[in-house]
Amino acid sequence: MRERMVEGLFIAPALVLTLLVFVGTMVWTVGLSFTSSRALPIGHWVGAAQYVRLWHNARWIASVENLAAYAIAYVLLSLLAGVLLVVLVDRAARFENAWRTIFFYPYAVSMIVAGLVWQWLLNPTVGLQSLFGGAGFAWLSNPRLAIYAVALAGAWQSAGLVMVIVLAALKGIDPEIRRAAALDGIPVWRTYVSLLLPQVRGALVAATLLLAMAAARVYDLVVAMTNGGPGNATELPAKFVMAYLFVRQNVGLASAAATMLLLTVAVLLAAGWAARRATGR
Amino acid sequence: MVTPTMTTRTAGSPSATRQANRAAPRQARWARHLPTVLLVGAAAAFLLPLWVMLAGSLKSMDEIRHGSLLLPPLRPTLQAWRQAVDALSPGLVNSLLITVPAVLLSTLLGAVSGYALAFSRWRAGSRALSNLLVLAAFIPLQLFLYPAVLGLAWVGLFGSLAGAVLAHVVFGLPLTTILFKGHFEQLPLELLRAAQIDGAGFARTFFAVVLPVSMPMCAVVMLLQFTGIWNDFIVGLVFAGAENRPMTVQLTNIVGTTFGERAYNVEMASALFTAALPLLVYFYSGRLFVRGVLSGAVKG
Repeated sequence: MRERMVEGLFIAPALVLTLLVFVGTMVWTVGLSFTSSRALPIGHWVGAAQYVRLWHNARWIASVENLAAYAIAYVLLSLLAGVLLVVLVDRAARFENAWRTIFFYPYAVSMIVAGLVWQWLLNPTVGLQSLFGGAGFAWLSNPRLAIYAVALAGAWQSAGLVMVIVLAALKGIDPEIRRAAALDGIPVWRTYVSLLLPQVRGALVAATLLLAMAAARVYDLVVAMTNGGPGNATELPAKFVMAYLFVRQNVGLASAAATMLLLTVAVLLAAGWAARRATGR
Repeated sequence: MVTPTMTTRTAGSPSATRQANRAAPRQARWARHLPTVLLVGAAAAFLLPLWVMLAGSLKSMDEIRHGSLLLPPLRPTLQAWRQAVDALSPGLVNSLLITVPAVLLSTLLGAVSGYALAFSRWRAGSRALSNLLVLAAFIPLQLFLYPAVLGLAWVGLFGSLAGAVLAHVVFGLPLTTILFKGHFEQLPLELLRAAQIDGAGFARTFFAVVLPVSMPMCAVVMLLQFTGIWNDFIVGLVFAGAENRPMTVQLTNIVGTTFGERAYNVEMASALFTAALPLLVYFYSGRLFVRGVLSGAVKG
């Protein structure tokens, strides 16, 4: 009897916080998206009106389009760079830990600092541009390219994460496979492409999923780097929610946008779950 | 000693192998060096932002305007750092006041919850709760923010250091709990059984047996939470209040509010100052950090 109570005490905080904070506030936010709440959560029921308004909002449409461009560029760039780093570090004869430490350190830097550094690097007057003495790096003032500049900064931060995840999986592969490939004279690049990387596809899928999730919620990076500009060129959904919650005082619309974020994450989670089943893990 | 090249020389037709042998060492050396060259190049590219920040923070504005971004400071000065430290000191204090208690509390809460979920006799409930926590770890904070603001305002903690600490502890619960649960489930069962035979109950087993052997895991979780909370922007921005802003939030204010010509050297010093502690911790404890991120990523 007393033991039951002790167990209950141990589990109570997690239980209460999960139900109250995570489930409760989420349901509350979704509920608010069906009301006309402005600054205070006291609006009345308006059905799907906020969603209609949301999808007629030019800034929201721009945010979603930008997110699509960002997510594709960021995920591909991170995966590509990450896998390249895996191969390089994996083949490095010495200092493997040192290399890994170098490629993973951006992950320990705050998104705010990362955004600022890349803003300086791509700044037309003091940045890389000044080195090459001409056009080419003024991405941040170009509405078509700015979002890819943010994706580049994001990939700089995340490539190391992909590397760490895939490298760990690679270490789990039976060394006999490598030895056999080397004995058969299979070129190194083929060994990776046809033999080793397929073996770690579970890790690759997991990394892709993590990257996609990170893309959907990116906020700090863009605040520090471009603050949404030039124009609406780097506005993103997570930033839209923050702006309508705390600056524009339109809780109903912000909640509708947040609910769209939730749907995105839910779709990604479902896709990840399906992919995990398909890769047999 | 018989090297592989010598063995190939004995096999095959003489002329063909002689040709192959002439080409092979050269190609092998080239192929052997290419990965190293690429590796060094990639490392330089990854370190470039850090180097630019460090070099820029030690330059005068005059040198930034006229010199190259990549050059080391030719006349190093601590002027920018002095200004950055002056401007960011309140933020540093706030970041410490938020991070230290939040890391300790969230690690403790994660350990307690992870232990309960791993060993509670309430199996079905534990499993359901664990799954909910895994899902919660993925949901963007934006879904929780507004009700959380109202809730904290209701208990009178909104816009205070305590409010920010509480928000961090709660939002960190999924990750810390999942990490500890995974770790506890891998502990040898004999350890727990031995404690039970000795008459230790659920709580005593945790504090006297499980927690002491889990100190490495505690270190990993604390490391992750420290980096995450120190680098946080949203929670500090929303919950801490204007006087309690952590460094990351203050940094954006410093960068955003300079009129006229931007003082890039001060900005770079400020950014590096903000990133310094997590970077030092990372470079000091790289392998533990990697371990933590990996177990977090795998569980997710």
